Amino acid sequence: MTRAEEEVATQEKKTLGFWIYLMTDCVLFAALFATFAVLRNGTAGGPGGAELFDMPFVLVETIILLTSSFTIGLALLASVRGLKKQTLGWLFVTFGLGVTFLGMELYEFMVLIGEGHGPQQSAFLSSYFTLVATHGIHIAIGLLWMAVVMVRLWRRNFKKTDINRLALLGLFWHFLDIIWIFIFSFVYLIGGMA
Amino acid sequence: MSPKLDHHHSPVKYISYIVGYVVSIATTLLAYFFVVNKVWPKEALIFVVMGIAVVQLLVQLVFFLHLGRGNRWKVATFAFALLVVLIVVVGSLWIMHHLDYNMMNMSPDQMTQYMNENEGI
Amino acid sequence: MFEDILKAIFGRLTLEDFVHEPIMAGAGLSMVAALVLAMIGLTFFKRWKWLWRNWLTSLDPKKIGVMYLIVSVIMLLRGLADAMLLRAQQVLNTNAELLNSDHFQQIFSAHGSIMIFFVGMGVIFGIFNLIVPQQIGSRDVAFPFLNSVSFWLFAAGMILINMPMVVGEFSTAGWLAYPPLSGLEYSPGVGVDYWIWALQISGIGSMLSGINFFVTIIKMRAPGMSLMKMPIFTWSVLMSVTLIMFAFPILTATLGMLALDRTLDMHFFTSMAGGNPMMYVNLIWAWGHPEVYILVLPAFGIFSEIVATFSKKRIFGYTSMVIALVAITILSFTVWLHHFFTMGGGADVNTFFGIMTMVIAIPTGVKVFNWIFTMYRGRVDFKTPMLWFMGFIATFTVGGLTGVMMSVPALDFQFHNSLFLVAHFHNMIVGGVLFGAFAAFSYWFPKFTGFTLNETLGKFAFWFWIVGFFVAFLPLYILGFMGAVRRLDHYDPSLGWQGLFIVAGIGVAIICVGVFFQLFQIAYSIWKRKENMVSNDPWDARTLEWATTSPPPEYNFAVIPTVTTRDAYWEMKQSNTKQEIPEYKDIWLPKNSGAGIIIGLFAMTFGASVVWHMWWLAAISFVAVVITIIIKLTDDEPDYKLSAAKVAKHELQAKLKLQEKTV
Repeated sequence: MTRAEEEVATQEKKTLGFWIYLMTDCVLFAALFATFAVLRNGTAGGPGGAELFDMPFVLVETIILLTSSFTIGLALLASVRGLKKQTLGWLFVTFGLGVTFLGMELYEFMVLIGEGHGPQQSAFLSSYFTLVATHGIHIAIGLLWMAVVMVRLWRRNFKKTDINRLALLGLFWHFLDIIWIFIFSFVYLIGGMA
Repeated sequence: MSPKLDHHHSPVKYISYIVGYVVSIATTLLAYFFVVNKVWPKEALIFVVMGIAVVQLLVQLVFFLHLGRGNRWKVATFAFALLVVLIVVVGSLWIMHHLDYNMMNMSPDQMTQYMNENEGI
Repeated sequence: MFEDILKAIFGRLTLEDFVHEPIMAGAGLSMVAALVLAMIGLTFFKRWKWLWRNWLTSLDPKKIGVMYLIVSVIMLLRGLADAMLLRAQQVLNTNAELLNSDHFQQIFSAHGSIMIFFVGMGVIFGIFNLIVPQQIGSRDVAFPFLNSVSFWLFAAGMILINMPMVVGEFSTAGWLAYPPLSGLEYSPGVGVDYWIWALQISGIGSMLSGINFFVTIIKMRAPGMSLMKMPIFTWSVLMSVTLIMFAFPILTATLGMLALDRTLDMHFFTSMAGGNPMMYVNLIWAWGHPEVYILVLPAFGIFSEIVATFSKKRIFGYTSMVIALVAITILSFTVWLHHFFTMGGGADVNTFFGIMTMVIAIPTGVKVFNWIFTMYRGRVDFKTPMLWFMGFIATFTVGGLTGVMMSVPALDFQFHNSLFLVAHFHNMIVGGVLFGAFAAFSYWFPKFTGFTLNETLGKFAFWFWIVGFFVAFLPLYILGFMGAVRRLDHYDPSLGWQGLFIVAGIGVAIICVGVFFQLFQIAYSIWKRKENMVSNDPWDARTLEWATTSPPPEYNFAVIPTVTTRDAYWEMKQSNTKQEIPEYKDIWLPKNSGAGIIIGLFAMTFGASVVWHMWWLAAISFVAVVITIIIKLTDDEPDYKLSAAKVAKHELQAKLKLQEKTV
């Protein structure tokens, strides 16, 4: 193999490897989901989802995250076409939406904890907080990654490796939105039913 | 200079994201509407929401993640991951449901329901 | 005020935590002494730079593999020492208290945890690193830096699990730490926390390694080596890492939740506030069962290679071997409840999992028959690796049979948590994984050192091990049958069981003689190495790793071979093609990197600081890890070039050396 062929092969390996990491993350979330499902009634006499969840708030959160998944797709398309300004622009929008999402989630947590319904109150709340916060931590890592990418991109121009790395970030971000579909559906919608 | 890494870069890609986005928003709003307005009784509603979630999953897999196009190892590892996820979630729920009954970790109402479902009482 | 400052800095660490009772203190002190001695030696012989450059920062999987094995051997010795103490206590029984109850419980917990996580996992990753790239005709793994990180996370975990000997205490909750015992209420000390973080940190290393080797095997095989032309060992590794990738996240999640219960007072697995301790048991075994297959599948693969080589025949039933491996992989996710039949799942649940457990025995049986059929009509050469294989067949089969006995839920109510169970799983792990490791060691040793191990000493080691093993564990089957419960430090003498315990104790002593022979064999063989130099292919073997020199160069193959059949190297030897002077090209290899060891170091301080509630240090360690990762990942020049001229020179030197050896 020539050096150039090797480099293409390396990118392919990285893409497959990262994809597989995302698949393993699915299993991690599955264990947390299973625990949430099993402990859903373990409220220790305290409030459950129906009493605690602010549905309109969560809907807005969901739309925001969904939109950010769309905008990062636009950033990826721009990067492949070599459009630096557009790429940075869409990344910036995605970042903003992501920060907003995270902020809303933190606000939600603070309200609950302030009312005495923190993860220490019951098994239901422990599993709710952990599942949602694990997703939130992944989002935070994604935002950190995005910031590093944006800074590097701003300072210099594209290399092939940068485009591939951005594609991996895109995969990560899309994956997080997919996990959120299930959090929204199973934790909030179903878990919030009386 | 645009570095050409992706062979399939054509306007079709934009459509992919737009369709994915619109359908995802629609399904999200639909599920939300059904639940908040209690359009069906609880058991049926759970299945509807699950179904809508699966639809949105497929839409995002295809239109955002482009699964199925090209790399068969991505599909294979996804399939295995899906299998493990289902086994862990469904298996845990089944096992824990039975354990909770036998180990008296249920409320009296839940016990009655269990006996109805499983033991013909 | 002063106390508050101390508490803020040192968390819950106090001077008292350094005080231990005599045996533990002795162990801790000798460990520290050994470490200090090593450091003095390195300083005296001026080898720090050599160590740093050639080993600690190396991204060569062969080096990383050796480091895994060194850690594993050290941990094996510790695990064996633990076992001897346990057995000694049971032999002494109520006549003397060698170990008080608390100490006994810490030791059996440590014994199991260390053997599974730091010997079992370490050995298989060591072998993967050493063998897989060469066997598929590659130069390296898919992600060399990640490989280094995985090793250093493993090492960090190893340090954490040994720290209790020096400061604090270890868990008394067994190798799986079931709540509520392992929860905050009943184990408020640091023991379970040490256990959690040692496993959590090394577990992440394992998972990353799993992904690494999966992509390596899928993407980096030599041209022409389709999946169905891969050696069976490579197939077994592919399946083992598939299990690692998809099972370890369950462990990560479960340990994480236990940590949250203990550290942040949550209620996943508590008895109160709606928690469900049984969910922990369920999840931990959903990981735990695949884990035992993770350990044993590579052993199966190793034996496939050894049986074929020493029978001078290709493996019988290649396709069915592959199908069996794949079947075992999928099925291993469907049997986990057999570890807790007695927990009250009821008839429906127990029946399903009982049947699946019986089913999973079938593909393993297929493999055993295939190995035996490989030997049939072959010209079998009973060198040490082949002896270990025969020992494996005897031992593992007995273990498998008792496993099928326990797969019947009704019977399991008698055997569960008895010494019968203990004998069963030792049969499987020692007979399967450990004997596999010993076989691999004697088989592949010449490849990496250029000289053979002494055959006679190897045979002695084997015979003492196998006899010792049966003497040590057959009594346990009888005891378990009669109702002896596991994890007890004494049994009432009026039961009349003491005789069997003494026999078991003798068995352990015999095993010790075996271990002595192994250590002596290594030392002796190194001493006599000049007389036992070998070429690249001392066993007339069949697979590609034997095509490289002994020891191989960093780049493994100067020219990547093209493969046309199974048993690629055997085919190359038979076809006897005229070796033209190959056209050498530039080779790119990964540069060394200190980031791996730095990440490992801070992961270790993170774990230790969470254990002791030193939050400031935990935060700093965490940030340090993140920063190191960012710095490393934004480095665009990770490789260096070995020019074609240099490769040619190296190959010429190797050829000359080979001629010297064979003259």
